[in-house]
This record gives sequence, structure tokens and C-alpha cells, in this order.
Amino acid sequence: MTEKKDTQVKKVAIICAKASLEDVYAALVMANGAVMEGMEAKVFFTFFGLDAITKKQMNKLHTATLGNPGMRMPGGLPFPSLLGTIPGVEAGVSAMMRSQMEKLDIPPVDEFLDMITAGGGEIYACKLAVDMFKLKKEDLSDHVIDIITIGDFYAMAGGEGSQVIFT
Amino acid sequence: MAQKTIAGVNLEVTEDGYLENPSLWTEEIAKEIAKEEGIELTEKHFEVIKFIRENAEAGLTIRKVGKSGIVDIKGFYDLFPGGPLKISTKIAGIKKPASCV
Repeated sequence: MTEKKDTQVKKVAIICAKASLEDVYAALVMANGAVMEGMEAKVFFTFFGLDAITKKQMNKLHTATLGNPGMRMPGGLPFPSLLGTIPGVEAGVSAMMRSQMEKLDIPPVDEFLDMITAGGGEIYACKLAVDMFKLKKEDLSDHVIDIITIGDFYAMAGGEGSQVIFT
Repeated sequence: MAQKTIAGVNLEVTEDGYLENPSLWTEEIAKEIAKEEGIELTEKHFEVIKFIRENAEAGLTIRKVGKSGIVDIKGFYDLFPGGPLKISTKIAGIKKPASCV
């Protein structure tokens, strides 16, 4: 066996800037996976990513049916773009994705945040984006520790074996 | 695959220390693996371990353990610090779960 000299990842600082179901879940799965492995995890939600920690929006995230080349019909046939323009289709597709995830024991966003914070993960909101969308602390999930600047977040992201990840 | 003597029993273990044969598991073995992980097993630990062994086949997740009625997720992290699912399954003598949640 060759000797491994890799530094182990000990901490991840994850930045989520988008509100689509898949972008938010990518961030949440990575954060949860980190605490599950005994690593530190901090997540910074900014711009549209704020939807994931906004009480009113967090459990209603959508996946895009327009402009999403990965989108296919059940069974694998191409998904006609025009179909994606019909009102209700995107909501239906998103609900289907959520139910598929539930079957794999992937929880809704609010419960996912419960899991991540129960494991010691930390959730932050971006001050600039909160100001821009005219949100208040009480609009956000109770799991949000603080509304901070990106500079504050970088200040927490350092240390040996730490990684910054952007989704 | 490696051989390892745990609690006086010679066992086959995986590279990262999981028992190859869950049926050879005993509470004594659990206690010794736990000690290596720096955990002193209590009755609560054994309740969780029992649940884990019973649900090993169905596929385990942290969420499922949290809904077991035995511990919540925070409690699960407190019992097995530093990676509850991977550590508890090792102590429970079952295969390392391939789970992202």
C-alpha cells in the first residue's frame, strides 16, 4: 500500500446561493454528511439561497422545468420545454422530486436543518442578501445563528483541513 | 480482510474495523469496540444498538434512528460523538452503512 499523505478534511464551509431544490439539497446533504462524519460544518445562505432558510419558502422549493437540460419524463424520454411553461407543471414535478427523496429518507428542508444543527452544524444568513430582500431575523428559521457578512463567514472558515464549497 | 481478537474471540474484520459476520457479535465485543472508540456503554447505548441491529437490513440513516423513539438525533450524536452512525454500527457489529443521511 502506498502511504497516504493527504490532509484529512476537518471542516467544510458551504455557501449556497441558489434556491432550486437541487442546489439547496446539495448544500444540505454535504453539510449533514460532514457532521455525520464528525467534521465541522458551517453553511452560509446568500441571494436566492436564502429561500432555504426563510420559513415561508423553505419547504416549497422548486426544481426548474425550463432551461434544465437534465430534466426528463418518467421513463427517460426528453421533457419538452413547452410542457414546462404550463402553470402547475413545475410545482407537480417538484412535488414528485420531494416524494422520491422522502422515500430515500431525505427529509424536508426544515427537518434537514434540525438534523444538521443537532449534529453541531451551523447555519448563517448573508447580511447583504437579507437587506436586499428586506427580510428580518424572524422571517428566517430559528436555526439561523446570525446574519453576517461574507467576511465574517470567511473568518470562521479557516484552519488546517478546512474547505470552502460553493454550490 | 484482517483478523482481530476482540474480547477473547478471534474475528474477521474489515479494513476499518467492522465485523464481517454480525452473528458472532456479543455484548462483550461491543464493549471492547466501544472502548477503542473512547465510549463507555450505558443501557441507553445498548437500547440504540439493539435498534440498529434489528434495522440493519432495512438500511439505516441518522433520521431513522432519530425517529426510533429511543433517542432524538441530538441524543444520538451525544451518545456516539464524532460520527454516530458509523461508530454505532461498528459497535453493533454490523456492516458500515452506505448512507448519506
